[in-house]
Amino acid sequence: MCGAPAQELSLEGIDVGKESVVQGTVTKGGSPLPGAYVRLLDATGEFTAEVVTSATGNFRFFAAPGEWTLRTLAPGASVDTSVTAVQGEAVNATVEVPS
Amino acid sequence: MSRENALVDADWVEAHLDDPKVVLVEVDEDVSAYDTGHISGAVRLDWKTELQAPVGRDFVNKQQFEELLSQKGISNDDTVVLYGGNNNWFAAYAYWYFKLYGHGDVKLLDGGRKKWELDGRALTTDETSREKTSYTAQGQDTSIRAFRDETIAAIGSKNLVDVRSPDEFSGKISAPAHLPQEQAQVNGHIPTAINVPWSKAANDDGTFRSDEELRELYKGLDTSKDTIAYCRIGERSSHTWFALHELLGEKNVKNYDGSWTEYGSLVGVPVEKDV
Repeated sequence: MCGAPAQELSLEGIDVGKESVVQGTVTKGGSPLPGAYVRLLDATGEFTAEVVTSATGNFRFFAAPGEWTLRTLAPGASVDTSVTAVQGEAVNATVEVPS
Repeated sequence: MSRENALVDADWVEAHLDDPKVVLVEVDEDVSAYDTGHISGAVRLDWKTELQAPVGRDFVNKQQFEELLSQKGISNDDTVVLYGGNNNWFAAYAYWYFKLYGHGDVKLLDGGRKKWELDGRALTTDETSREKTSYTAQGQDTSIRAFRDETIAAIGSKNLVDVRSPDEFSGKISAPAHLPQEQAQVNGHIPTAINVPWSKAANDDGTFRSDEELRELYKGLDTSKDTIAYCRIGERSSHTWFALHELLGEKNVKNYDGSWTEYGSLVGVPVEKDV
């Protein structure tokens, strides 16, 4: 139902052709940052979804084709990153959170 | 209801960690989150395995709810403080659920797990043990729960608030963007519903916006009419129900927990789609 997907980046069992995947890793000082909050905002800045990064700092969204902003929240930090989602592809982003 | 009765902040929770009459209950979408750390003394409630009927789509019945709360060590006169991930989606759902079965004193931790974590407050993996109680629930208060036929009848006559994201409302996508999109139901929304995404009621850190901001947000609702809120499975609309009914004190607000996964699968009902 509404269970968050496992945040490891395997796409096994998912029909990627139908999806516009935005995924990636949040790092701090170059190391993966688990427990960061990544918010997916649409082209108008409207909130669309939010996930928590996995133990390996990973996150993933099933978006729609187009422009998106990733807003990453960690204690004392908020970082915005622009991404373009494409149907049938998995777009990867790395977000570095300032120390 | 009002903000003072329904919502507590993290400082309040920290000050009541050792209060035996305050029971912290964590409810997450990702039920494994509790194991990675929870607020000291909190018990876990699994919205999927413990609040849903084992067979068929409905809630656990009164007796099963009584057994569940007794087993968790919750008494009728305890103050239950709910919190969870995803901006309190499922904690708000559980709050509504506790109200449905008539629990006296239930509150939501403002900002839930996210605010707590962003504040850098302590979490523990220590096991919580509470003595079993003998909990007595009330019959369901259906003044806060809307069903299918009532929702269909509300088209054009009551406020219908679709709290999903704009893309789900328009029919562009069928589920929140962190979930795979394949679903049985059709895309779109209930005719005459207005789209006020749940997320507009919350700040980035998951806390609720002020009463003034919330009033401005919901000014499109005709307050002389009853209101039914819905989303996809009824948890985000619990968040909006909480904002309208518990924070702003609006009367006659119901949560339609069947929501789009039910409505969007019905044969012969009107659906609007914008894309």
